[in-house]
Amino acid sequence: MSRIDLDLAHSYRPNPSQDSDYALLPLKMSFEDGGAYALLGPSGCGKTTMLNIMSGLLVPSHGSVCFDGRDVTRATPQERNIAQVFQFPVIYDTMTVAENLAFPLKNRKVPADQIRQRVGQIAEMLDMSHQLDMRAAGLSADQKQKISLGRGLVRPDVSAVLFDEPLTVIDPHLKWQLRRKLKQIHHELKLTLIYVTHDQVEALTFADQVVVMTRGKVVQLGAPDALFERPAHTFVGHFIGSPGMNLLEVEAQNGSLRIGDRVLPVPRPLPEGPLRLGIRPEYLRLVPLSEQGCLPGTVTRVQDIGTYFLVTVDAAGQSLKARLSNETAIPGMGSLVGLQILGDHTCFYQNEELVA
Amino acid sequence: MSATTKPVNQKAWFLILPVFICVAFSAILPLMTVVNYSVQDIISPERRVFVGTEWFAAVMRDEDLHAALWNQMKFSLAVLVVEIPLGIALALAMPAQGWKASATLVIVALSLLIPWNVVGTIWQIFGRADIGLMGHSLERLGIEYSYTGDATQAWLTVLLMDVWHWTPLVALLAYAGLRSIPDAYYQAARIDGASKLAVFRYIQLPKMRGVLMIAVLLRFMDSFMIYTEPFVLTGGGPGNATTFLSQYLTQKAVGQFDLGPAAAFSLIYFLIILLFCFVLYNWMQSLGQAEKEGAGHA
Repeated sequence: MSRIDLDLAHSYRPNPSQDSDYALLPLKMSFEDGGAYALLGPSGCGKTTMLNIMSGLLVPSHGSVCFDGRDVTRATPQERNIAQVFQFPVIYDTMTVAENLAFPLKNRKVPADQIRQRVGQIAEMLDMSHQLDMRAAGLSADQKQKISLGRGLVRPDVSAVLFDEPLTVIDPHLKWQLRRKLKQIHHELKLTLIYVTHDQVEALTFADQVVVMTRGKVVQLGAPDALFERPAHTFVGHFIGSPGMNLLEVEAQNGSLRIGDRVLPVPRPLPEGPLRLGIRPEYLRLVPLSEQGCLPGTVTRVQDIGTYFLVTVDAAGQSLKARLSNETAIPGMGSLVGLQILGDHTCFYQNEELVA
Repeated sequence: MSATTKPVNQKAWFLILPVFICVAFSAILPLMTVVNYSVQDIISPERRVFVGTEWFAAVMRDEDLHAALWNQMKFSLAVLVVEIPLGIALALAMPAQGWKASATLVIVALSLLIPWNVVGTIWQIFGRADIGLMGHSLERLGIEYSYTGDATQAWLTVLLMDVWHWTPLVALLAYAGLRSIPDAYYQAARIDGASKLAVFRYIQLPKMRGVLMIAVLLRFMDSFMIYTEPFVLTGGGPGNATTFLSQYLTQKAVGQFDLGPAAAFSLIYFLIILLFCFVLYNWMQSLGQAEKEGAGHA
């Protein structure tokens, strides 16, 4: 187990000159020993590149990787003593399930009785004890992926276990089960786990700390509630949450806030100039038009999501979504309502970054 | 039980008629001609006698035939034993991508483009002690070498020639098999700390099984029918050290015009190849099946 420090950039092209040449823009970050992390972002944002750099499958084009302060930039995965589970199941066709699980230990010359014991434990953990003597080749995709997971977890002394979207091929009901299992394993073994995913639910339920990435850039590292309450970047606001944060074009001027043709008082000190106001649909309140400091709007859509209603309101030429509980009065289509957009949960962004 | 019954439509037979006619002319009719020859003694175009299985019996007792068959078996086995591992080794050593990969592929495939009789001629000259590169070099090294004089050397030269000519085919097939292995397998193996040998044994070899099966079948069939190269190089000699089945057959049919025995022997030859391919194919299939079935009893 170790603390991982990254201070690097990576480009798959030989001479990167602009930002878009980089798969990973220059970044500096640390993964604490024993933490459960998630790398979250859309496809092609650099999550897997970052993971492969940590595991040693890829050498970064610039900068360094340190494990516990030791520079391992050019060390092989074996020297780093790292485990990694891939998106699609990788199994050794000619081996049985038990041989598959034992393979990483056997290659490291672990004594046979220890291997047997450890394989037994892992199989127990993954509910595969009854399948140990079967050929791995004929199993279903999710069984195979369980073997891959098991191979990742079978070594007790690894620096970290890296997961590259490991549950993509798994059935939804099993997904929950395995994710809980991983969380449980994390608590029991105190391994450093780093989990790549593009599924926010997966990231937020699994990790203590989530790294949100987009276009090769880390835009926020924080606990799940911080990502929700105070997104550091408009991308985080938009990407996390279902639906994402409402973002409104506003302008701060001489202590007042101009939204379209409305002028509202500034709730707290703001930098002057064009800003974006962010408010989560969960915090956007519909109020009577008569209320002070509200923004008038027209309801254009009402969706019943089952446990809540999603109301779309057009205000100041922009469209906002509000999430309303079943108990509140739901306005009809086309009715005029007031929107309370200023509150403790409102965030302000300048050049996509959080400023207030 | 299904409530619907299949409609009976005999017109469907017309649809396979073209294929049937093609196969009849390309395979069945020629084969039947051979069968026809094999049961008759044709003395002249007007006079022929039905002899039943006499030719078959005669051919089975023929000592020369036994020698040729034995020679052939040894040769085909040697071809497989040398060419398959060598082809795999070559494929493993070939670069995976970039211009080097393309260049290597072209160079490796070169020998496959050379016509059989030219291959024989190339080696005929290559092995000559006076002007051939190999023959002369061997002589300078003090090794007495003559593919026309020494039976063992002749046999080895024919084998070497076949290895030179056809190992690239095995290499190309194995290369294709190797390239189809997803990168994740190699990455996982690196993570699991697998040695190069383990990667070969547990990833590359199992994933190549399909193409290797094709390589074994192709090389077996081709080498079992080898004719042109030894004919050009040694003419079957010295003695009959390099007389393989097809050449023996040609001597019988064309050289001595013994059409009856030659036809009987052709049929036996055909059945031998069929039998070997059937056995090999089923054996390799069952290897793959065993893997799947072992897991099937969930």
